[in-house]
Amino acid sequence: MSIAATGKRSFGSFLWDYLTTVDHKKIAHLYLAGGGFFFILGGLEALVIRIQLIRPENDFISAGFYNEMITMHGTTMIFLAGMPILIGLMNAAMPLQIGARDVAFPFLNALSFWLFLFGGLLLNLSFLFGGAPDAGWTSYASLAMQSPGHGVDFYILGLQIAGAGTLMGGINFIATIVTMRAPGMTYMRMPLFTWATFITSVLILFAFPPLTINLFLLMFDRMFETAFFNVALGGNTIIYQHLFWIFGHPEVYILILPLFGLFSDIFSTFSRKRLFGYTAMVFATMLIAFLGFMVWAHHMFTVGLGPVANSIFAVGTMAIAVPTGIKIFNWLLTMWGGQVTVNSAMLWALGFIPSFTIGGMTGVMLGSNVADYQYHDTYFVVAHFHYVIVGGTIFGIFAGLHYWWPKMFGRILHEGMGKFSFWVFFAGFHLTFFIQHFLGLMGMPRRYWVFLHDQGLELGNLISTIGAFLMGIASIVFIYNIVYSAIKGEKAEADPWDGRTLEWSISSPPPYYNFEQLPLVRGLDPLWIEKMEGDGKIPPGEPLDDVHMPNGSFIPFLMGLGFFIAGFGFIYQVDHSLWYLALYGGLAFSIGCMVVRSLQDDFGYYIPKEELKKALEGEAK
Amino acid sequence: MKGWMGKLRTLVLLGSLAFILSGCGRDNLTALVPKGYGADVSMQLIILTTVVMTFVFLVVMVIYVIVLMRYRKKKGDPVINPEQVEGNKTLEAVWTIIPIILVVIMAVPTVFATFHLADDSDSEDHINIDVTGNQYWWHYDYRNEEIATSQDLYIPVNTKVYVHLITNDVLHSFWVPSLSGKLDVNPENVNTMYIEAYEEGVYFGKCAELCGPSHSLMDFKVVVVSEEEYDQWVQDMQNFDTETLDLDPVAQEGRELFEEKSCVQCHATDTQNYSAGSVPIGPDLTQFADRSRLAGYLDPTKENLVKWIQDPESLKPGNLMTGAYPELSDDEADKIAEYLLQLKPSEITAESKED
Repeated sequence: MSIAATGKRSFGSFLWDYLTTVDHKKIAHLYLAGGGFFFILGGLEALVIRIQLIRPENDFISAGFYNEMITMHGTTMIFLAGMPILIGLMNAAMPLQIGARDVAFPFLNALSFWLFLFGGLLLNLSFLFGGAPDAGWTSYASLAMQSPGHGVDFYILGLQIAGAGTLMGGINFIATIVTMRAPGMTYMRMPLFTWATFITSVLILFAFPPLTINLFLLMFDRMFETAFFNVALGGNTIIYQHLFWIFGHPEVYILILPLFGLFSDIFSTFSRKRLFGYTAMVFATMLIAFLGFMVWAHHMFTVGLGPVANSIFAVGTMAIAVPTGIKIFNWLLTMWGGQVTVNSAMLWALGFIPSFTIGGMTGVMLGSNVADYQYHDTYFVVAHFHYVIVGGTIFGIFAGLHYWWPKMFGRILHEGMGKFSFWVFFAGFHLTFFIQHFLGLMGMPRRYWVFLHDQGLELGNLISTIGAFLMGIASIVFIYNIVYSAIKGEKAEADPWDGRTLEWSISSPPPYYNFEQLPLVRGLDPLWIEKMEGDGKIPPGEPLDDVHMPNGSFIPFLMGLGFFIAGFGFIYQVDHSLWYLALYGGLAFSIGCMVVRSLQDDFGYYIPKEELKKALEGEAK
Repeated sequence: MKGWMGKLRTLVLLGSLAFILSGCGRDNLTALVPKGYGADVSMQLIILTTVVMTFVFLVVMVIYVIVLMRYRKKKGDPVINPEQVEGNKTLEAVWTIIPIILVVIMAVPTVFATFHLADDSDSEDHINIDVTGNQYWWHYDYRNEEIATSQDLYIPVNTKVYVHLITNDVLHSFWVPSLSGKLDVNPENVNTMYIEAYEEGVYFGKCAELCGPSHSLMDFKVVVVSEEEYDQWVQDMQNFDTETLDLDPVAQEGRELFEEKSCVQCHATDTQNYSAGSVPIGPDLTQFADRSRLAGYLDPTKENLVKWIQDPESLKPGNLMTGAYPELSDDEADKIAEYLLQLKPSEITAESKED
């Protein structure tokens, strides 16, 4: 909106701007802030877990509360921290990387965010309303159905609302990449991060519906006395596990593939070299995504599916090592022969390689189902998925934040603090999780509120807790770094890293319309090509003309609010029929918003040619 | 697959012997020192996959270190524009084909072992025990011996023992790390596996699927005894009859309280009223005084027992005994404890097998 053009603003107008924005860059800020908030929450929950496990038979928290902690830590980190931050990075960078002025459906983009935020808030409000969910982040049917109170209901409704937002986001990104690439930006010229966004969005499109269905079935069983998972009435709990993991396994690829793309961009940029084996990298990503749908039952090796199913899923799982291996070697060879600059962003990327390789190693080891009979549901698995999700996703998020911070906010994060937080986090991470492989094999199952005296598990758990605090310290330094850079940080130029892709060809932060004229792309790494062969400027792909922009809207916020209220109605209608008011009221309100939006004629507005011309002349100076 | 993998295993085991002795966890709990057939087979695959994957990791790390040493930009280096290499077909083929070969090396023994362990065609010739998971205790029904017990599972050494797993409430998972990998305990179908212990002793068992607040306290033991001892134990269990017990007056009063305070409605105390396939509401107490632990994890002292009888919630949060019986005075609890500690059908106990 035109507010962005005015200089000084009151806090009220600043807030209103963000509440009504449909600009992908501002929605990215919202995602990062929301995801960051939940990341801190999930981190605190992790510390509570580690304090409880600092010594044998500790009674820092009660058994019931411990189960709430592990459930909320997992759910928060995956659904409310990891994915939203990734979607935030996609929003920030992907439209710029393909030379677009926004995503395909800016209104929908805002709606996605507000649904995520209201879903996340609903889920976390359970702490204040009689207890959080306590059946694990997987919320397996038999225990989840027996769980007293409303905790699991909050889990169901919270994830349902947040999940709807994610699904819309996925569809939006697919439409954007298919239809809005700048002139000359063919598929095989797209940066790897854009490719990864595209493939991840496809994963979201196919993976989230099974979750939605599963949550509905569980909801009906808990609230409306159906019997999908009630064995006494002919239901089946194994079905829940299948549906959960048909979603759940692709979900872990949703969490890692975007970072595979991001690391490809970072390695290439800071080695000053083209990505090694670009085509192989693209197809390896696709193959991983495809295989990711074929291996869900490796989470269920001990369920008793029989040797045929177990063998098929074991071999399928091991096969994923092949495309993943291709990626690792291609990254190494991208740096080989290049000039490798090691700064904060690159440090996180370099730290990722050994960490993630260990996670991949243990992944293949877990894939051998007979070995998994021992690993399954122990700390070995806890170690494995933290190596993948922290060593991959979280390292990647930190790398991405350092890399794109100048582009997003126009400031460079402090290098010294960045390096400090990397090294402390890196040490703390390995200290926490490496030993857990052994704890698992030494007989410590996961989700254990206490471990007993004299079982040889004391030292490992103590070391693990110490490591967790180091990660906490590193995160605090990183947050301080953000605050510091906002106040005193060095102002960023358009292209602080000598970049290769389109986002570095426009100012930092970019103008609200991104490009005065859509860029003309002449090959892979378009900016690098222009630096080598042209004048370092991206040639325009269209004549200067008025630019069509969407109007902001408060409706996405209101729709999220309506579903949020309806969520409460669903949860509490089993207690008192007055809650039907909230249920139907909330739904009616959201549907009313949809109707208003559909009937309203909102043609957006045009930025006049003259304004863009002025901006161009300003840049030229 | 046994031959060369056996050799590899010996090699790795010898090499890491020092490590095993120093910190592989507690004996009879850790999966790193297998003492049963299932654990052994799993261990062979753990070692095979670890060796293969460590090799891959080392290759990655060698290239990684070389890259960082040779190509890192040092202070004062002028900025250069390196050659923009597109890729290399041969290299890319190499790191596609070699991993495929490595995967095959790991996949083939895995598939063989899977089918091998899943073969239960000879179960009729062995001991069969129906195991029922409950929040938070285990019930064992010896199919052909017509006896039942809870928590401590007695089995003979060096024979296959088939366990048939099912749960009464939520999912559990049956795991005795030193003897065998785990198998889930589902509500809708019976899962079958066998355990075969190589040495006599008391082995730690764990529940490995989140089942509620006291999930971490749902421990059990597998007591492995010699063949003769096992036969003796079965006989002792079959012949045990609380009616003929020679009880002192306090214990006698305890027995009456046990009936009066409705303990008996959930807990069986002898095999006289054994009925095949039925699972009591609470653990079977036939050999209560021989148990290696109280409530699965506490020292079996009288003090703990009295505390448990009076306030089980404080020891095992979320258990189903809490509130199921009238409140007991100190005196009453003491008498019931006195009675329960007389329930010793056999000389063959876990205590005699513990180091």
